[in-house]
Parts: sequence; C-alpha cells; structure tokens
Amino acid sequence: MTRKQRRLTMIAAALTVLGIALGLVLVAMRDNIVFFYSPAEIAQKDIKPGTRMRLGGLVKTGSVERGADRLVSFVVSDGAGEVRVRYTGLLPDLFREGQGIVAEGVLEDVRSFRADSVLAKHDETYMPREVADALKKQGHWQNEKQGDSK
Amino acid sequence: MIVETGHYALVLAFALCLVQMVVPLWGSLTGDRTLMAVAAPVSLMQFALVALSFAALTYAYLVSDFSVLNVIENSHSQKPLIYKISGVWGNHEGSMLLWVLTLSLFGALVALRAKRMPEDLAATALSIQSWVLGAFLLFILLTSNPFARVGAPPMEGRDLNPLLQDPGLAIHPPLLYLGYVGLSITFSFAAAALIHGRIDAQWARWVRPWTLIAWMFLTIGISMGSYWAYYTLGWGGFWFWDPVENASLMPWLAATALLHSALVMEKRDALKIWTILLAILAFSLSLLGAFLVRSGVLTSVHSFANDPDRGVFILAILVFFIGGSLSLFAFRVQSLKQGGIFAPISREGALVFNNLLLTTSCATVLVGTLYPLALEAATGAKISVGPPFFNLTFVPLFVPLFLAIPIGQLLAWKRGDILGAVQRLTFAVGMAVVAGLILAFARGEPVLSVLFAGLAVYVIVGAFIETWGRVIAGGYSPVLMWRRAIGLPLSQWGSAIAHAGAGVTLFGLAATGWGVERIVGMKPGDNVNLGPYIVTLEDVERRKGPNYVETAAHMTIREGGVVVGKLDPSRKFYAHRSMTTTDAGLRTIELGQVHIVIPEQNSDGSLDVRLYWKPYVTLIWIGSIIMFLGGGFSLADRRLRVGYARRPREPKVQTAPAPAE
Repeated sequence: MTRKQRRLTMIAAALTVLGIALGLVLVAMRDNIVFFYSPAEIAQKDIKPGTRMRLGGLVKTGSVERGADRLVSFVVSDGAGEVRVRYTGLLPDLFREGQGIVAEGVLEDVRSFRADSVLAKHDETYMPREVADALKKQGHWQNEKQGDSK
Repeated sequence: MIVETGHYALVLAFALCLVQMVVPLWGSLTGDRTLMAVAAPVSLMQFALVALSFAALTYAYLVSDFSVLNVIENSHSQKPLIYKISGVWGNHEGSMLLWVLTLSLFGALVALRAKRMPEDLAATALSIQSWVLGAFLLFILLTSNPFARVGAPPMEGRDLNPLLQDPGLAIHPPLLYLGYVGLSITFSFAAAALIHGRIDAQWARWVRPWTLIAWMFLTIGISMGSYWAYYTLGWGGFWFWDPVENASLMPWLAATALLHSALVMEKRDALKIWTILLAILAFSLSLLGAFLVRSGVLTSVHSFANDPDRGVFILAILVFFIGGSLSLFAFRVQSLKQGGIFAPISREGALVFNNLLLTTSCATVLVGTLYPLALEAATGAKISVGPPFFNLTFVPLFVPLFLAIPIGQLLAWKRGDILGAVQRLTFAVGMAVVAGLILAFARGEPVLSVLFAGLAVYVIVGAFIETWGRVIAGGYSPVLMWRRAIGLPLSQWGSAIAHAGAGVTLFGLAATGWGVERIVGMKPGDNVNLGPYIVTLEDVERRKGPNYVETAAHMTIREGGVVVGKLDPSRKFYAHRSMTTTDAGLRTIELGQVHIVIPEQNSDGSLDVRLYWKPYVTLIWIGSIIMFLGGGFSLADRRLRVGYARRPREPKVQTAPAPAE
C-alpha cells in the first residue's frame, strides 16, 4: 500500500466517523432539545399547548398546595405572567416560596403546566440564571446581591 | 502581616514570570547557555513564592482571620478544621490560587528534571510555562485578590456553602487541578518544540510521562467529583452532563487521545503534526473549562458567583494562548516531515482509530456544551441540551472504541494481522458471552445492560490476552510464569491494567440499568421492599451539629430476615446560610450500594423517602482507580527508561525505534 493510498484510507475513515457523529448530533438536536420560556413569554410567543419546554420563574408566595401522593401544585410567576404548575414527586432541597425554579414538562394551556421534573440548578445565590434573565426582561429584578446583575 | 506577605509573594512571583518569559526564551533562540540556565532556578523560586502565598491564605483560614474578605465570605470560626483548609479552594479566589500553585508546581518539577533534556527545549518550555503562569497571576492580582482586607472585621464569617463542606471537596479539586493544569506542561513542550522546530520521537518520549501524570490525576479527579455529586447532591446520579462536568471530560478525552498518539510518535516517529495539535487542544480545553466555570456564562452547582470582568479576562487569556499556539503551529506545520509508514491494519492504525473516536466524541461533547451558549448569544432563545443528547451522540461512538481496544492491543506495529488478533480474542469473547448469559438469567432486563456488561467483560479479559500470551510463552510451570510476568516491562502491565480499568468502569455503568428506585412516605416502623432487600424506618432523630441542625432517620436493611446494614440518611439545616442539604445514607453491599435520602418531612409526621438499590455501582469508581494504577505502572517504567534518552545538545538525536511492547 502506497503512502497516498494509506492517506486516502485514513481520510475516508475519518470522514466516515465524522459523518456518523454529525448525523447523530443532528438527530439528537432535533429530538432532544428543550426551549426555556418564562410565563410572560408563553403568552407573547404564543407557545402551543402540548409543547415540551422548560418553565422558569419565581414560586409565588402562598401558592403552594400539596395534595395526596406527593402531588404538588404551585404558581410560577415572572411578574408579567403566571402559570400554575402541577408536579408529582419530591421537590428539590432548594424549593421554597419566593425562590426561583426551573420546571421541565409539557404545557397544557397558557395558564397551566404539567412538570415531570423540578430543577434546583442554581449558583451560590440560589437563583437560576435563566430565571434571573427572564425577570430582568420583565423589569422585576430587585435582587442586588446577584453578582451578574450589574 | 502574614496575609500581606502572601500577597507580596504573589507579586514577586509575577515579577519572576516577567523575567522568565523573556530571558530563557531569548537565550534558547540565540544559543546563549547562561541565559538558558536562568530557567530552572527561577521556576523553583516561582514555585516557592506561590507556595508561600498559598500557605499564607491557608493560615488566614486556620486562625479565622476575619479581616480578610475571602475568609469572611467562606469560613466560620466553628467550622471543622478540615473544612477550614478545604475552604481555601472552595471559592473563586482561593481556587485560582490553587490553580497557579499547580502551574508553578509543574514548572518546578520540569526544572528539576531539566538536565535530562536538551537545554534549549527545557529552557523554552519553562519560559512558555511562565507565560501561562504569569497570565493567571496577573488575573489573580487584578481581578481576584484573595488577600483583600476589610476595614471593619466582623466577629464571624459567613461560612462555606454547606454543599461544599464535605471530604469530597477536600480532595476533588486538588486532584482535578493536577490533571487540568498538568496539561499545561504538555502545552509548553509543544510550543517549545514548535519554536525550535524539533519535533521527533525523542520529544514524545520526554512529554509522554507528563501527559500520563496529568491524565492519571484528571481520571481520578473526575471520578472523585462524580462520587462527590453522587453522595452529596442527593440526586442518586453520578453524571449529569452538566456543562461543568463536560468541561472536565473534554480535556480528559483529548488527553487520552494524546497519550495514545504520543505513543505512536515515540515508537514510530509518525503522527507528529497530529500529536502536537492534540497537545495544544488538550490544554486549550482546560482553559475553556476554566472560562466556562468562572465567567458566569453558565449555571451550575460548580460555578462560582461571577463578575463579568473576570470572564473577559479569562477569555483574553484563552484567545491569546490558543490563538498564539495555533499560529505557531500553522507557521511550522509545513516543515514537519512525516515519519514511519504503516498499514491501516496495524497497532498504529488501531491507535489512529482510537484517536479518531476519542476526538470525535470530544467534539460532540463540545457541540452539546457550547451550542446552547451560541444559540442564546445569537438569537436570545434559551435551550437545554440534556442527557438524551449526549446518550445519543456519545455512547454510539464509545461502543466501537471499546470493541476495538482488545483488538488494537494484539496488533503488531507497522502491519498487523486482524484475523489472528480476533482468533486470540476467542477466549475473551467466550467469557463475555458466558457473563452476559449469567447476568441475563440473574438480572434480566434491560437488554442494553446485559449487552454492555458483556462488552465490559470482553474488554477486561481482552486487556490481559497479550500479557498472558507472554507470561505463558515459556511454558506453564508456575515458577517460569512468575519469572516471565515480573520480567515484562511495567508499561506492558500498565497498559493492560488501565484498559481493564476502563472495562470495569463500563461494567458499573452498564449495571445502572438494573437499579431499583422507590419513593415512598414512611413512618417509624414501616417497611419497604427494595430489590433483594427490605428496608425498615426505625425512628427519626433530631440532633445538633457544630454549625447545623440535623434530622436523621435510622433505617435498617434486611435480606431474608438477616440484618445486612444500618443507615442514617439525614437533612442538615445550616442557620448561617438558611440552607438545607441532604446527606444520603449509603451502604455498600458487595459491589452495589443502597442509597437513601429523606428529601422531605410531611405535615403528618411521615418522611418522604427516596431509596435506590444500585447493583455494581461502585465499579464505576473502582474502575477509575484501576486506570489510575495502570497509569502509575506505566510511569514507573518510564522513569527507568528516560535514562537512555539522555543526550543533550545534539540537534538530530535519533534512537532506533524501540521494539514493540
């Protein structure tokens, strides 16, 4: 096998692997990517019921209701809009009223959301960045301790 | 006073960097040996100064000096001693100090061994290392001074984030940094080689041990971090494809590829361009990781509270070093001559295949990590790329890699016999099928777990086929076999052990499919079935710790009526930060673990309990320790061998390619 043939073999192998990887990435991108919206954006952008998405905002104080079998329902608000979230399961350690959360699930209609997970991702100041940005966008940002609010 | 000394030592270290950035480099370009001789002692002094500075900050933590802002923000006088120490690197400023300490440590280690390499290469590499060190020292001095004082010291500190008060934090970052930052020395060598245009098998022989050290610590650091997440975060998972985890995985993948391509370069003088490029990329990915964690572009439990200036500064460092090294690379690449020829089916071919899959999988992780950031910057849309994405892209690339590992180990250099290799693997395949059948009977669904466990057994057994063949080459007499076994090069054992370790980890990952998860409300006296066990909640206790209040559940695990273990999962409430953490109860039974957390106490007094039974889960981390040991064996061998490469100051040093391992 000559040097040239060898090089061609290698390039062909590299292109094959890269092609497969690219295909996988594109397929995975199509099916496994979830958009994030705040309650106000759901109304503004006219998100269709049945869409899988992430919802973020503050848990409205006094809105948490607990039912049987770990059913929890609470209102997520970004100041300009509100959505009621229903969730069955255990809430993360950092879940509390007035705090920011991100829930992933399916939008049932403009005002209600069925979550299959409630996330506690946060930085040291306990505010999910997506939520902080959404609140700033709606003009309801007050937490001055937040590092990146400057 | 001591605190100011620490700050001053950092400034001095930076001044030494300025000297080191120019003098040895100039010396190596003009051939002035006096100037080159500056490099080694200055590197040692830099290390001493940075170590002094680190010691000063540690001292401030130990005596709870609350006139130092960093100590106020991250410590508390009541905190246990170990967390006072680990608190030093549990925050942005202190962890940067650990980062530069590691940078200067590697510089010093190279300086100590500089006599074994050509003077100009060592001097230039140390000079480049000082460029990196200087950039990060400047970053600390300008944006993240850990020694800043406050005018009116408070009586008490704000305490370390409770999530970080854990033995895992005490060891995970230093190990990880040894890995991350260890890649800087490979980078410095690559840049030095490009500057001098001396890129040959000899270069690979000097650089491979450093890559190996970095790789070993990166392996163990990532693995300890994953174990820490597994038992402290209370989510029962050990890998979340979190961007910060990805930031450590990418350099690991690149370093793994680099180890293998440097082997080809060392033995066969081939793949030179590729190896140099990988050395640059591996450290670039480390820098990218530093940027992602510290710039505030992402949210993660790992990220530090951020300041946009720091992000811009690190981005500038990133652009300077990646851009600079790649320009140098582009400038030199024409002059590189390709070396040894090999057939596609050969040891080299197998290693190329390994590199192809490792770098491609690294690229998919990069895409999955950066795409959301890029999309947000471009369109403002926020998306999340979660585990499904990575499972779909990363896993299919790793399956062929694992299939190829044992085959590659059996191929000869230059031209291999793939049919012969496959034949020699009959035993490994047989073992895999037997193990798969046993597991299919014993554990059943899911099919994927059975298949992956079988693949793991094939990798583990296959890893030792070559070694075994050599051990029995002189016959089956135990004495003879023992003699041959200890006569084999340590690196041969190292390679077999490290690959088997990868198989062991794969087995642990495969077995996650057999796990059981239950979420139930329990009152004292209640029982719950968990896989083969019955778990009883005995009682619930409230107790007070040094800086928290704790609710602990006492639970007993029984198997067929016999007590096999007791567990006390708990929730801790830290008043200083009004924050709750969950301490999982963990009980290792054989190779599996029972993992119990109590996320909530209901109003009726019952506890919500989340229970997992994870068979073989410990293998995930045991495998990484085996990989680490394998690396150690290989390193021990190398140290003996570096001796005969000692031929400084000869432009065309070329030893005959060593015989195949």
